[in-house]
Amino acid sequence: MQASIAIKDDSAVQYLLRIGDTALVLAQRLGEWTGHAPVLEEDIALANMALDLVGQARAVLTRAGELEGQGFDEDQLAFLREERDFRNVTLVELPRGDFAVTVLRNAMVATFLKLLWTRLQQSTDAEVAAIAGKAVKEARYHQQHAADWAVRLGQGTDESRRRMDAALGQLWRYAAELFAADAVDEAAARSGLGPSWAELKAPWEAEMATILSAAGLQAPAAGTFLSTGKRGVHSEHMGYILAEMQHLQRAYPGGVW
Amino acid sequence: MSLVSTDRVERAWQVLDTVLDPEVPALSVCDLGIVREVIDHGAELEVVLTPTYSGCPATEVIEASVLDALETEGLGPARATLRRAPAWTTDWISAEGRRKLNDYGIAPPGPVSPEDGVPIRIFGRKADAVACPRCGSAMTERLSAFGSTACKAMYRCLSCREPFEHFKPI
Repeated sequence: MQASIAIKDDSAVQYLLRIGDTALVLAQRLGEWTGHAPVLEEDIALANMALDLVGQARAVLTRAGELEGQGFDEDQLAFLREERDFRNVTLVELPRGDFAVTVLRNAMVATFLKLLWTRLQQSTDAEVAAIAGKAVKEARYHQQHAADWAVRLGQGTDESRRRMDAALGQLWRYAAELFAADAVDEAAARSGLGPSWAELKAPWEAEMATILSAAGLQAPAAGTFLSTGKRGVHSEHMGYILAEMQHLQRAYPGGVW
Repeated sequence: MSLVSTDRVERAWQVLDTVLDPEVPALSVCDLGIVREVIDHGAELEVVLTPTYSGCPATEVIEASVLDALETEGLGPARATLRRAPAWTTDWISAEGRRKLNDYGIAPPGPVSPEDGVPIRIFGRKADAVACPRCGSAMTERLSAFGSTACKAMYRCLSCREPFEHFKPI
């Protein structure tokens, strides 16, 4: 079995891993819908969005590996890190749930990533700025698509409305982690690598309010719950994702198509 | 730059104009606007490419076919480098490319709309009007925001009843 790699505790690397891992793990969850979505068009849409996210993750992980300095490439970072070294927010590792959960999560994450990529276009790291210039267009399209579906489900039947309400009850509290800034954010903001995620909170809430109000939905009141995925402390679901995602490279080290 | 080297670069552009996009084989990589620059380094030729979408699986195939074509024409050794900035936009698809897309049955992208500062609009099922590539009718509707590849959406014509693909403006 292929041994794990350990990542240096560097705040710029951590900042990029949070972005790359969030895109990668959400892509893995969206990929689970392939062949299972409620209609063919959405099957294709979810796979397309997963593909964009994998592309973004590859570019960001490659850059994180360069800054980390031990020579790890995108594949080693994706397939050979242990759970505690993954820095995605907990929101994206939660099970895909039903279609309403997937739509709401996509709306929440795409809105966040669009705002983040917009700011990252001014990153002092030229490679990160270049990746953001492309990714922001993709995130905008993903957000638009998720918002359209949120409205359709929220304004649809009693059943689709009930499911959207249930999805909000399940997912909304995980948004707090996105904006809980810490030393990694402060270092990134100081160096100009990227914004402190706390700064994205107000525009995110405003855009989500636009979407939810068009959908006739109400966001639950803010609570005190704070998930910790971006510090490497994940939910019970994370290990299963990695087991599936990493199995081949662990069992057949260096295996290629 | 010597005359010979200019000639090599010019010939390289001609060769590149015969390399087709594997997913939209009506277009060459030049029509698509993804060849940003061809540089003659003497010992080797450098082709600067830009990706269309972050996750476009065709990117690596395109690199390989570009290098193959240049080697076959005796213009090698060549190498391909990836340049992300400025980000590719469908506005870089040539007029010739747009005509070829339409003839191939794919509605070409309109101009990319400038940022107007509105963070998000709720469209519902309505999307931009796109003329049918077969009969030219403007009476069309979007079936799906995503299609068979990252760059396309699915439409249908309400006049001639044919389904068709639309190259999304980004």
